[in-house]
Amino acid sequence: MELYQYTARQLQQCLSDNEVTSEMIVNSFLAQIERVEQEIGAFITVTADQALEAAKESDIRRRRNELVSPWDGIPIAVKDNMSTKGIKTTCGSKILANYVPPYDGTVIRKLKAAGLPLLGKTNLDEFAMGSSTENSAFAKTCNPVNWAKVPGGSSGGSAAAVAGYEAPWSLGSDTGGSIRQPASFCGLIGLKPTYGLVSRYGLVAYASSFDQIGPLGRSVEDVADLMNIISGYDQLDSTSVNRDCPNYAAALTGDIKGLRIGLPKEYFAQGLNDAVKAAIMAAVDKLVAAGAVVEEVSLPMTEYAIETYYLITSAEASSNLARYDGVRYGLRVADEDSITMFKSTRSAGFGPEVKRRIMLGTYALSTGYYDAYYKKAQQVRTLMRREFAEAFAKVDILITPTTPTTAFGFGEKKNSLEMYLSDIYTVTVNLAGVPALSMPVGKDQEHLPIGMQLIGQHFAEEALLNTAYTLEQVKLKEGCVHE
Amino acid sequence: MSKYETVIGLEIHTELLTKSKIFCGCTTEFGGDPNSHCCPVCLGLPGALPVMNQQAIEYAVSAGLALNCRIPRYNKFDRKNYFYPDLPKAYQISQFDLPICVDGFVEYELEGERLRAGITRAHLEEEAGKSVHSGNSILGSDFSLMDYNRSGIPLIEIVTEPDLRSPAQARSFLEQLKSILEYTKVSDCKMQEGSLRCDANVSLRPVGSLELGTKVEIKNLNSFKAIERALEYEVHRQAQVYDQGGRIVQETRAWDDVAGITVTMRSKEESHDYRYFPDPDLVPIEIDAHWVERLTDALPELPLAKKQRFIESYGLSDYEAGVLTASQDFALFFEQTVAEYQNGKDVANWLMGEFSKLLNNARITITDTQVTPRQLAELLMTIDKGLISGTQGKEVLSAMFTSGLNPSVIIKDKGMQQISDSQALAGVVDQILADNPKEFERLQQGNEKLLGFFVGQVMKETKGKANPQVVNQIISERLRELS
Ligand SMILES: [Zn+2]
Repeated sequence: MELYQYTARQLQQCLSDNEVTSEMIVNSFLAQIERVEQEIGAFITVTADQALEAAKESDIRRRRNELVSPWDGIPIAVKDNMSTKGIKTTCGSKILANYVPPYDGTVIRKLKAAGLPLLGKTNLDEFAMGSSTENSAFAKTCNPVNWAKVPGGSSGGSAAAVAGYEAPWSLGSDTGGSIRQPASFCGLIGLKPTYGLVSRYGLVAYASSFDQIGPLGRSVEDVADLMNIISGYDQLDSTSVNRDCPNYAAALTGDIKGLRIGLPKEYFAQGLNDAVKAAIMAAVDKLVAAGAVVEEVSLPMTEYAIETYYLITSAEASSNLARYDGVRYGLRVADEDSITMFKSTRSAGFGPEVKRRIMLGTYALSTGYYDAYYKKAQQVRTLMRREFAEAFAKVDILITPTTPTTAFGFGEKKNSLEMYLSDIYTVTVNLAGVPALSMPVGKDQEHLPIGMQLIGQHFAEEALLNTAYTLEQVKLKEGCVHE
Repeated sequence: MSKYETVIGLEIHTELLTKSKIFCGCTTEFGGDPNSHCCPVCLGLPGALPVMNQQAIEYAVSAGLALNCRIPRYNKFDRKNYFYPDLPKAYQISQFDLPICVDGFVEYELEGERLRAGITRAHLEEEAGKSVHSGNSILGSDFSLMDYNRSGIPLIEIVTEPDLRSPAQARSFLEQLKSILEYTKVSDCKMQEGSLRCDANVSLRPVGSLELGTKVEIKNLNSFKAIERALEYEVHRQAQVYDQGGRIVQETRAWDDVAGITVTMRSKEESHDYRYFPDPDLVPIEIDAHWVERLTDALPELPLAKKQRFIESYGLSDYEAGVLTASQDFALFFEQTVAEYQNGKDVANWLMGEFSKLLNNARITITDTQVTPRQLAELLMTIDKGLISGTQGKEVLSAMFTSGLNPSVIIKDKGMQQISDSQALAGVVDQILADNPKEFERLQQGNEKLLGFFVGQVMKETKGKANPQVVNQIISERLRELS
């Protein structure tokens, strides 16, 4: 086995046994990127020089016994919507094609402080708006499992990088499923943490009250470890939650006896692919065998999830993306005065999906429509939160499919609405602000991975990770972890 | 008597005196190289997030309390969306429906009458940056440069009820408001530096009518004088339109200070739809009632109350008390002097007369003078004791003003100790009486006017050092001796 095929935990072991150096590891990944990137297209920017530099520094620290964290020297890839000092941060948009931030976001600072070399910035749907990474202004990213399929989105590059062994783990961001859906399509573990658990400072905003950074990995342990690195209170983010973070890795006991699992019936209704449903039910059976109990629950507000989600996120996006006006940074299309310059710049800089959502959001916030759209959607959001809280009074976690189908082909979703509907199982989680994890539970007839979503109440990451870990161990014993 | 009643409401923007900006740690200092007081937050860089400055909340609450406002338990921040080059995020963080202060009033005086204007609300918001045009104005300039040093300085916007009935009332109200804000030490209210700005809404209605007429908003009012002139012009203009059977259109007009007229800026149809919505990057603020109590207790004595007390405690006239309390520092200097020298009327005369003249000539304020209240008190006591004359006192004060020395030192240096020794003066008096026999005869015959002549002659002879009272006594003795 080559180094690039190792999980982060395995790399950590090799490093601490002094079998390899960080430089060897980074070189192994850079070589793999060289080999497959042409086909996969996971990255917008590969930061080979910086990664090697950081790896060498890590190796020096290791020799001197001055390691800054247990993960010192293990490289990572990061979605290109997180501000990186001195490294282009494009958000997959022409409007930021040449934008080089003068500052590191909090999560990037945490990665650096833990000694993780950055391999590069990964592709995404423009400003994280999309479910296939087809909306990137720069590159097409293929699903490493099957190059004819999309990797999902918007964190398609982060998922493809890990699934394609171009990085051991990565960071994505999740506004309505953007970590979980690509994890599902690429056969990975992806976690959308509780809103407020990971700092958003430096995450280029799409929809501020939904966005959350989270880890993608090939094992539950890796995802738990990465959570330990990135989570925690940040005084630069007013929505960051000031509470002690547990050791997520320590929560992986493999013991779920008595765990109460709820299956929301609305998530298993029409439109769900049979193979997906069968795989989920088989996984649930395994959890029951491990000591969990199952009951059916109901989340009737799910019916309004897509509309509510798109109204509020588009409203926030219309305001968040207004700053790209060509005045201070990024693309500028010169014109005779400032207002026409704004128009020309924005017309040329944004892609069609971004423009569509800006228009929708602007409309929803306009005088005369605010009450009927934005305000109403916020009221529905409150009801959804309440509904989740009621469900979690009865059960510990909810299990649903991550997506109605497995990875689809390029250009297969003909219109926006069809694309939006592929997020139907993931958006409610962001509306409620609760955490959710997607993990692979099987494959369909086309050998495409099937993802199962575990949803917990606020700050129930430990329960989600331990449940996923338990199932992962059962499957390992059965000898089919990367099926 | 006009057949129209004038109705005026004001919107006042004032910068708060916090050390750092409202949502970041950058300094609020005036001046500095362009864009040298900036960071990712106040430049609105992608991914940057606002964090509330606690001091700004405190100053806003204190200002509200000084304006007799109610401080609601909850307030929140909203985004006011509009495009302008000086607005880095293309939205201003402001407060829409839940402002920090509501329902207050300000008492002010005009021509001896005490009046009251309601304060609808006062809310917190952030300042925008500044455009610097290559030409004289944005029109016709080849290019404009942006300076964001000002961006993010905390502001409060104070909105009055339409309670002002004349331009003179508006001016007096505004002067009182400025004084209150200065007393509360929340703002330095420097109109020339733009830290206090005012817009006015003006309408006319037939006398006796309760309905409000169509209002016109006037902007670009940069001094108290400009405000009064612009309002007078606008009242006159509207009255003419009505007299000619015309109709006032709702619009925004700009005051042209040079031409002395208001001109149309934009019509109601062109006004912005700001698409306000709650800022998802900030959490609502809950105000602690005990904290508000502490801030209420910490409020200084406000100008009108101080003025009333000065009238009652020191026997000052309404005018004198008004002048002395116009500035808190001036009033403090007065009270510190009176603590050492109890004759308030005397102190007031000196402060408002000779002392103010010296300040004006030197173009400094009372906080910058070298003279201490104790020194001024000492000077007045020296005059009282007859050691120097009042005329000499003025000379001594002038020397104190430039040197900062104690009056006793200056009197000794200048050798201007007053001669009060009657034996020493008797010789001079007798000589002068002998030199002017005719005049002395007329004095003897009862022509009192000649008493002044002789005192003057003695003063001339002694170079002003003779104590006039003692000279008077000696002449009276001589008259008695002869009769
Ligand atoms: Zn700043």
